Amino acid sequence: MTATATSARSDLSELGRSETALRTFLHGLPGVDQVGAEQRAAQLGTRSIKTTAKAEAIDLAIRMVDLTTLEGADTPGKVRALAAKALRPDPADPSCPHVGAVCVYPAMVPYVAEVLRGSAVHLASVATSFPSGQAPLEIKLADTRAAVEAGADEIDMVINRGAFLAGRYSEVYDEIVATKHACGDAHLKVILETGELATYDNVRRASWLAMLAGGDFIKTSTGKVPVAATLPVTLVMLEAVRDFRAATGRQVGVKPAGGIKTTKDAIKYLVMVNETVGPDWLHPDWFRFGASSLLNDLLMQRTKLTTGVYAGPDYFTLD
Amino acid sequence: MFEYAPAPESRSVVDLKPSYGLFIDGKFVDPADGSSFKSINPASEEVLAEVAEGGAQDVDRAVRAARKAYEKVWGPMPGRDRAKYLFRIARIIQERSRELAVLESLDNGKPIRESRDVDLPLVAAHFFYYAGWADKLEYAGFGRRPTSQQSGTSPQPLGVAAQVIPWNFPLLMLAWKIAPALAAGNTVVLKPAETTPLTALLFAEICQQADLPAGVVNIVTGAGETGRALIEHDGVDKVAFTGSTDVGRAIARAVAGSRKKLTLELGGKAANIVFDDAPVDQAVEGIVNGIFFNQGHVCCAGSRLLIQESVAEQVLESLKRRMAQLRLGDPLDKNTDIGAINSAAQLSRIRELTEAGAAEGAQQWSPPCELPDRGFWFAPTIFTGVTQAHRIAREEIFGPVLSVLTFRTPAEAVEKANNTPYGLSAGIWTEKGSRILWMADRLRAGVVWANTFNKFDPTSPFGGYKESGYGREGGRHGLEAYLNV
Repeated sequence: MTATATSARSDLSELGRSETALRTFLHGLPGVDQVGAEQRAAQLGTRSIKTTAKAEAIDLAIRMVDLTTLEGADTPGKVRALAAKALRPDPADPSCPHVGAVCVYPAMVPYVAEVLRGSAVHLASVATSFPSGQAPLEIKLADTRAAVEAGADEIDMVINRGAFLAGRYSEVYDEIVATKHACGDAHLKVILETGELATYDNVRRASWLAMLAGGDFIKTSTGKVPVAATLPVTLVMLEAVRDFRAATGRQVGVKPAGGIKTTKDAIKYLVMVNETVGPDWLHPDWFRFGASSLLNDLLMQRTKLTTGVYAGPDYFTLD
Repeated sequence: MFEYAPAPESRSVVDLKPSYGLFIDGKFVDPADGSSFKSINPASEEVLAEVAEGGAQDVDRAVRAARKAYEKVWGPMPGRDRAKYLFRIARIIQERSRELAVLESLDNGKPIRESRDVDLPLVAAHFFYYAGWADKLEYAGFGRRPTSQQSGTSPQPLGVAAQVIPWNFPLLMLAWKIAPALAAGNTVVLKPAETTPLTALLFAEICQQADLPAGVVNIVTGAGETGRALIEHDGVDKVAFTGSTDVGRAIARAVAGSRKKLTLELGGKAANIVFDDAPVDQAVEGIVNGIFFNQGHVCCAGSRLLIQESVAEQVLESLKRRMAQLRLGDPLDKNTDIGAINSAAQLSRIRELTEAGAAEGAQQWSPPCELPDRGFWFAPTIFTGVTQAHRIAREEIFGPVLSVLTFRTPAEAVEKANNTPYGLSAGIWTEKGSRILWMADRLRAGVVWANTFNKFDPTSPFGGYKESGYGREGGRHGLEAYLNV
């Protein structure tokens, strides 16, 4: 068993060298049956998480939030406020944990860095001509280096979906490798933009491609196309990181992003993590939510659990 | 670790009486000789209610009531009016579905997740579906009959139907039996299984609530003797039975040479066939659903897993990992996947066959699984290294026990799948559409699922080849068993 695993490991690292090898490998992955995957995701969604389990899940979900603003209208004032909230999501309750990270555009990184300095909250920045990724490679890499230099310790890159859908897997692979290199010590999250990949087979292949190329996390979406994170897409990605670790020994994180707005939704994702890949991934180092409005709903439910009553929306900060 | 806190569904929604009579001619009545038996909760062995045991005299009363209702009310009633009653029953079932689901889980031991999400929606769907047929019988494909003034050109019903149902899906089997019978214009006397009579009695209350004319539905509770009296009764025109092949044989002998029409839905030993190009993660879900759904108390369960040898190791590894996630325990907990075995008798049957499996040399495996102290429980189990010669590959275990065999080629898969006296269902897992069709043509099974398993729908006929029985239930085909065609 160990011998097979070791030889599989070295084989996989060779894949990126040849377009043919990469294609053969990706197309040799087991297919995903759409009906079955959606049925399994729906079934996991029926788990009933109550009382103590709910309290634990809410705190964990808060710690997993990548508090995000990615708007043309973002300003230093806006992102500073967001960073302050990331540090102390509930000013009324010091026992409330901080979030996982703040996620902003590269130009906003310096302002967030000032606020987060010395804290355990990570600073993520989208890069590589987010969200379309339709720019020359040099510009994408410069974008990445600029974000890291400004203080980002996590980079959320987008894959080249055009190249992926055209079957030019090596091109996608090489871009991820180059971006990873440009990141230096910063963690690389690879956004697959699953809404544009359309099929679960593509999601599985893109997940493997991103992992083979060195991504530290695989992320569903930019939040800028109509279909963002869904439970079945996340299920397929979780299966991919599980199988990838079994094959290579390396653990990769997963980040659903976009459209997750309620505590109920977040808990469904945590149940899915728990029952698909297990407790090893139930940690902000290995699972994140890319979200903005989710945090206030988590806080509201948290207050309800600790005090027994719902507080109105005016009791939670808007940033 | 993410431990799920207990999430029990409330029992208070169910209002159980301490004792129940027989439902005959629209009323609950005491049995002639006053005898009764107890129905228990298999998850705790607690007594739920005392239930009347119907004898020959009671069966006679019920059949007479059904005959009278057939001749005076239900038979002559226009189909569109019968439909109104069936639609009304379907709606009441939906309205009271939580109550019915909780009671089903209490009496049967199945997880509330299944009674709530599978059994009850299907029960209501069957009544809705057959309600729609009641005024369209002449278009069901069995032809018309010459016009008569009284009842138009619709094909005629048979009369009084005697229906005996099993304990694995108590209310769903009731729906499969009663809905088409009533839609076609028959009246019924139904005997629920002795370990699970309670939802049928609640259904009797629903018939009262729906103002269904007296005698159209009669429920006579009891054990084997009650069933025998019902099936052998002279006043019965049609017998429908779901249960074991042994009892089915005895029934076929009993009704041979009589005017009674018979449909039987009996045992199974279905093959669930996984090819090397299968979508593995979904196939594993399908294997789990195929054998652990309803604790494996499913006549069409995928109890023989046939894996292509080249991927056997990989599939089994995934299967074991998935099985470790199954949550066994309190059937009323909303997070329970595997509930209680229905009875002590069934538990000992499962134990006997698994012991035989181990003794014959197959390798037994179960995930770490704590069984509750009280009640009847059996951990989800797989046997590997099983051959066609093993008892666990041939006999129906009717429990959460999977026998794993391997094959090399599609032809060998077909040969092994068909090498059983049964033929109720089969499953095929492959990404290749042409292979699915090739296999489906060759598998001698009434239902063949492709890339799914244990999927039911009222529009789809269900029934067996060979010793799994004859006749079809569900769909347009299901009407034939209740029409004089």
